[in-house]
Amino acid sequence: MNFLTSLADRDRVFDFLVPVDSPVDVRHGPILYLEDVTVSFDGFRAIDRLNLTIDDGELRCIIGPNGAGKTTMMDIITGKTRPDTGRVWFGSRHDLLTMNEPQIASLGIGRKFQKPTTFEALSVFENLELAMAADKRILPTLTARTSGEIRERIEEVLTTIGLVELRHRPAGILSHGQKQWLEIGMLLMQRPRLLLVDEPVAGMTEQEMERTAELLTGLAGKQSVVVVEHDMGFVRSIARTVTVLHQGSVLAEGSMNQVSMDPRVVEVYLGAEADEEVA
Amino acid sequence: MLASRSWLSRPLHERSTRLFLGVLLASLAVVTLLNLALPAGHTLHVSTYTVTLLGKYLCYALLAVAVDLVWGYLGILSLGHGAFFALGGYAMGMYLMRQIGDRGVYGHPVLPDFMVFLDWQSLPWYWHGFDMAWFAFLMVLLAPGLLALVFGFLAFRSRVTGVYLSIITQALTFALMLAFFRNEMGFGGNNGLTDFKELLGVDLTDDATRLGLFLATGVALALGYLLCRAIVASKLGRVCVATRDAEARTRFLGYRVERFQLFVFVVSAMLAGVAGALYVPQVGIINPGEFSPIFSIEIVLWVALGGRGTLYGAVIGALLVNYAKTVFTGVMPDAWLFALGGLFVLVTVLLPRGIAGLLAYRRPRRAAPDPSTTPREASA
Amino acid sequence: MRMIRSLVQGLLCLVVVALAAPAAVAAPDDDGQALLEALDTRSYADKGQAIEALVASGDERTRRWLEALLDGKLQRHEDTGRFVVVLENRGRQWPVIDALTFAAAGEMSRRELDRIGINNALRGRLQSTLAVLDLRVDDVRARREAARELLGNVEAAMLAPLQALVADEADDEVKRLLEQAIAIHRLAQGDAAAVEGLAGSLNPEARAALSAAARSDDAALAEAASGALAGIEQKQKLNRGVETLYFGLSLGSVLVLAAIGLAITFGVMGVINMAHGELMMLGAYTTWGMQQLLPGQPGLALILSIPAGFLVAALAGVAIERSVIQFLKGRPLETLLATFGVSLILQQLVRTLISPLNRSVVSPEWMSGSLMINEGLSLTLNRLFVLGFALLVFAGLMLVMRRTRLGLEVRAVTQNRAMARSMGIRATRVDILTFALGAGVAGLAGVALSQLTNVGPNLGQNYIIDSFMVVVFGGVGNLWGTLVAGLSLGVINQVLEPWAGAVLAKILVLVFIILFIQKRPRGLFPQKGRAAEG
Repeated sequence: MNFLTSLADRDRVFDFLVPVDSPVDVRHGPILYLEDVTVSFDGFRAIDRLNLTIDDGELRCIIGPNGAGKTTMMDIITGKTRPDTGRVWFGSRHDLLTMNEPQIASLGIGRKFQKPTTFEALSVFENLELAMAADKRILPTLTARTSGEIRERIEEVLTTIGLVELRHRPAGILSHGQKQWLEIGMLLMQRPRLLLVDEPVAGMTEQEMERTAELLTGLAGKQSVVVVEHDMGFVRSIARTVTVLHQGSVLAEGSMNQVSMDPRVVEVYLGAEADEEVA
Repeated sequence: MLASRSWLSRPLHERSTRLFLGVLLASLAVVTLLNLALPAGHTLHVSTYTVTLLGKYLCYALLAVAVDLVWGYLGILSLGHGAFFALGGYAMGMYLMRQIGDRGVYGHPVLPDFMVFLDWQSLPWYWHGFDMAWFAFLMVLLAPGLLALVFGFLAFRSRVTGVYLSIITQALTFALMLAFFRNEMGFGGNNGLTDFKELLGVDLTDDATRLGLFLATGVALALGYLLCRAIVASKLGRVCVATRDAEARTRFLGYRVERFQLFVFVVSAMLAGVAGALYVPQVGIINPGEFSPIFSIEIVLWVALGGRGTLYGAVIGALLVNYAKTVFTGVMPDAWLFALGGLFVLVTVLLPRGIAGLLAYRRPRRAAPDPSTTPREASA
Repeated sequence: MRMIRSLVQGLLCLVVVALAAPAAVAAPDDDGQALLEALDTRSYADKGQAIEALVASGDERTRRWLEALLDGKLQRHEDTGRFVVVLENRGRQWPVIDALTFAAAGEMSRRELDRIGINNALRGRLQSTLAVLDLRVDDVRARREAARELLGNVEAAMLAPLQALVADEADDEVKRLLEQAIAIHRLAQGDAAAVEGLAGSLNPEARAALSAAARSDDAALAEAASGALAGIEQKQKLNRGVETLYFGLSLGSVLVLAAIGLAITFGVMGVINMAHGELMMLGAYTTWGMQQLLPGQPGLALILSIPAGFLVAALAGVAIERSVIQFLKGRPLETLLATFGVSLILQQLVRTLISPLNRSVVSPEWMSGSLMINEGLSLTLNRLFVLGFALLVFAGLMLVMRRTRLGLEVRAVTQNRAMARSMGIRATRVDILTFALGAGVAGLAGVALSQLTNVGPNLGQNYIIDSFMVVVFGGVGNLWGTLVAGLSLGVINQVLEPWAGAVLAKILVLVFIILFIQKRPRGLFPQKGRAAEG
């Protein structure tokens, strides 16, 4: 009986039909597809029946109050957290729930963490070198040589993120904004199809923020980019489509203007403040 | 093959490595000269006793390099490296036991004395093959390597790191110590293996043999250092440092962190095994005491004192602490534990980067990163 | 000289006679003499009858006579035919007393005396006869002792008096033992009905009798006996199980005591305190010191040691925290090394200042002895006390953590240090207090340990790895985890020990833990959520 239902399940792709290391199949549009995802910690539902679709080449902003499940959602996509139920597909071929973190990373999903984590003891150049898409098994890594081609690629990214001058300094001495860019640069080195960027402008100065906005909008089109951000001004400056998360599921989706008119969104974002004023 | 030669020979182009190898090889030459060319009464004569003592220190130095490789570059504080050292030592000890042949106290042609004493009838299966040098020398690498492989596989796979891993490694060596203390294990129990006669057909008590062992240890240290340096200077070394400082991040870059950890851990364990194998013929005994947790933690102190994440610091630390130990235990044995304990506290509190850190401080800051500037262990 | 001596002897005789006079029976004692004379025969069979006659006579002196006979001290003067009891048979001249009056009778040459000899059969018979006699005394304990003595030593002749005794006996325990003794005798005679009386008895004599019966030719008897034996086996298995559990819990309670302080400091500060074992050692030495201060009052000293041990260890803990650990914030591995150094120093300090040798601490009377559950099972009291103490300490810590301001702050700092700080919790103060608390608990553990083992400089070292295992097994920052892990590791260790040996059991437990953290890297009760990711 189970077998029959599984045959009838048209979304199912049989393992033997999936070519090994196949490129991401985006002919059907979405590059990332989350359906009915639920995850709970100790009974608390961090993500509750979440549905989300990201199109190829799209720049999507995700906003939501604290505890809305933004970081947990990232964790699920990158394989750090396993959801209790639901499905997560990358393109229409790769079931991310069957893969571990390195496998997912090598598929072309790059993640930038909330707190910038660069390798502080290594130089900017070395940081980029490690991030580069390459054979990442042990022996190839041990015998790897930095060829001219690789250097060119690294220099190119160094230019994009504006750290050419600092290439041989240890990442530990970079300013906060520079670390964020280095981290984006590291993502670019992986030539990802999908970039997950967690709060890229937290703690940045105005100028750094502008630079970051340029960087991200420049990336969209070539890559799909998902930005999680608190700063509304920043989101307004880069966003085409915005998704609002609340209590682990999607509350609203649309352009920034549409979303900010939505009464439910207003309530979630402003309700708490209004209550406080009353009290 | 060209590529592989290049990663191995890369350290030979580094100034610091050349300096280290130069000092080491020069010291070996000087000691040999002072031992052979000068008459025994001369003030500068280095006695064979001292040569053996120095050889012992060099074994410790190699062991310290092995520990620094995992601690300094991978951020794994192993409190159980003494176990790998001892396993290498036991493999060598078993070979030396078999070499005794029928010259033991009981004169049994095959069984070592302690087995005759315990009334054993035949050689246990795991003692077979140790009469052949090539097999025994292979075991010197394989025994610690396999233990590290199995243990590391289990530990790294389930992402046991930081303090947890340290405690588990300590428990590992403790368990092995208990096991080797048992007579039924067939490794001589309490007394271990001793009364060795000859190695590869040469008399172990011979002055020339002792000098040869000293030189062999020096060369092993040089090669071990080169190998570690080559690993550290490769891209793999940078992955290690990345793992040390931000393990999760490295994983997201697509590196199978646990495999890198396992690879380096096994290499380190094998180096420790070689150090143990060279140690045994020089001190003439191997017993379960080498498995004791306190010995393993002492190794870590050598590395910490010398400065971790530098490799040469580990060598300096091992030589200094062991020289101090020899002096202290000779003059005031009671004070040694105070000194050792005090050293632990002082080094960690006042000298987190060790002696190498002091040296680096005097020089103008280089642009290239120093791996020990930001020691951020994964907190438990 | 000789005169003086005989004079003194004479005087002594007078005194003794005067004292013994009320006990002595009327002077011309033909009954007694006749009874004893019956004993002086070559035939052992006749002697046996004479003994029975003695017992039957109900003479009050029977007991002393039989005891003397058993010891070979009932002797007869060759010439006078007078019966005497030899007091001390050393040298040539033996001091004796009269066997009838028990009055001192001076010294006699050993050549003049004939011993009333007995053989082994008679000796056994005498012993059981004496036991029957003992059953008539008023002291219940003595009666129980006597009844236990009878198991397996009942003679046919004793059956009748014993059965009479059983009927009169007020004490249930004595009654039960006597019935068993009789049953053992009957069983030996081939009485299958006696099996029932022995079913479930854990006495080795009863078991021996049953297994003898199980081998007998009488099929019915053998079957009944085998059945009963199986029952006993079952009961013994249960006993052994309870005993293993008890020892396991006892070991576990020690582990809990040792590990719980460690769990607190590790959980709150992320600090691996390798000197924890030495803090335990300080607590144990405090107990020893307290006993030196209060000689002859081990109980009081022990009770005073509880707060004293806590204080000493806690102060030492504060000293360690202030002098070393506070400089190593956020560097757990360095803390591990530094505190290891501290542990070396503390050990050597004790070796230098006190002694490298072990010191033994006296257990107060109310802690020694054991609790008898049944014949095959008795539990030593000191372990029971330590178990109770461990549970008390655990409950106390739970209260501190759940109900006090300190506990609240500690939990806050454990979960999110930065957040706690920003809410005005002085993390430094919490650190000091937590470390003091953890160290103090180690001191308490030391006080408890001093009741189980010798106190020496290595005391702490022996427990440190095991306590770490408990913390790793139980999960960090969870006291319940420590309790469950400690107790279960103790029990596992004891369960493995009989078939694996002590050393191998320890190794197996270590291997088990290494494998366990494969499945659950964060222990039995892990902290969940973001805070735990660290």
